Amino acid sequence: MHIMEGYLPWQWCLVWFCVAIPFMYFGARKVIQIIREHPDQKILVALSGAFIFLLSSLKMPSVTGSSSHPTGTGLSVVLYGISCTAFLSTIVLIFQALLLAHGGLTTLGANCVSMGIIGPAVGLLVWMLLRRANASIPVSMFFTAAIADLMTYVVTAIELTVCYHSSGYVSAFVDFMTTYAVTQIPLSIIEGILFAMFAKYLLNSRPEVFKIAEDRQNAGLKKSGKEESA
Amino acid sequence: MKNRTIYVIGFAVIALLVVGALAYGAANGSEFGGSDDAGGDIIADENGGSYTPWTHGIWGGYELPSETESFLFALQAAIGAVIIGFFIGYTYARNKFRVGDKEEIAAEKSE
Repeated sequence: MHIMEGYLPWQWCLVWFCVAIPFMYFGARKVIQIIREHPDQKILVALSGAFIFLLSSLKMPSVTGSSSHPTGTGLSVVLYGISCTAFLSTIVLIFQALLLAHGGLTTLGANCVSMGIIGPAVGLLVWMLLRRANASIPVSMFFTAAIADLMTYVVTAIELTVCYHSSGYVSAFVDFMTTYAVTQIPLSIIEGILFAMFAKYLLNSRPEVFKIAEDRQNAGLKKSGKEESA
Repeated sequence: MKNRTIYVIGFAVIALLVVGALAYGAANGSEFGGSDDAGGDIIADENGGSYTPWTHGIWGGYELPSETESFLFALQAAIGAVIIGFFIGYTYARNKFRVGDKEEIAAEKSE
């Protein structure tokens, strides 16, 4: 799913880096802050990263002549927000770019925007909407994880369409979507089920985790609301 | 519904989806080329027929042998799985000993 080394014009590499770097920076700061101020949360931060590590290594072949893998960003974005997810995804993306030639260093910014920022951001939005509508935590987690996964591929398709569209924007987007997103639908369902089960497990064993996460989300919303009214 | 039943159903559905996807793929001649490679072909089409990457990164044109690549992917999965396993074990022990503490306190009180 990641855009390969050298496959984006350097101008676009720069643009996506400019978008991604603030998220990576604030994510790194937030992770350090969480670990320093709440050492008991260290293991949960590691867990969120571990899911991204594990799931993004599981590749499946597909009929469109490609393969794809889940992204595992659903839990991280619900527990710690978008910037932390961007930072944790960057660690995985660097690992894959350096050791596996999967993705690339020049396209790191673009890949981080799709996998670590916009995909999880849409997932978080879905989480908040479903929680407002009183959906249960496992059900909300299912849709969050599945949509964060699917949107990652949609954003990758958009990133490529913007650069390469000799047959027209719509046709190019459809072509990229067929390769990237359609193969992803069964995988995103699998990822959703896995995260829903893990949310159920967390709810039984560490119910405080989601309460802390939702308090943090509500505090964030109130803060942004105050800034807007000021 | 009991938790154990939910987990069993969940894993069964995941197994069915994985096997189903692999079987469908095998029946339709799917390839394990990586969406990166397939993406590369479409980029060439959408770029007017051909595309040459402007850089091959720090490794140049060197491609990892497939065994080494599999090993590194397995290593990545293992790092994630070890941490998740540690968390589940840690949580299990934490909850178990907490219950133990409560029972001990209750026993002491009753004495």
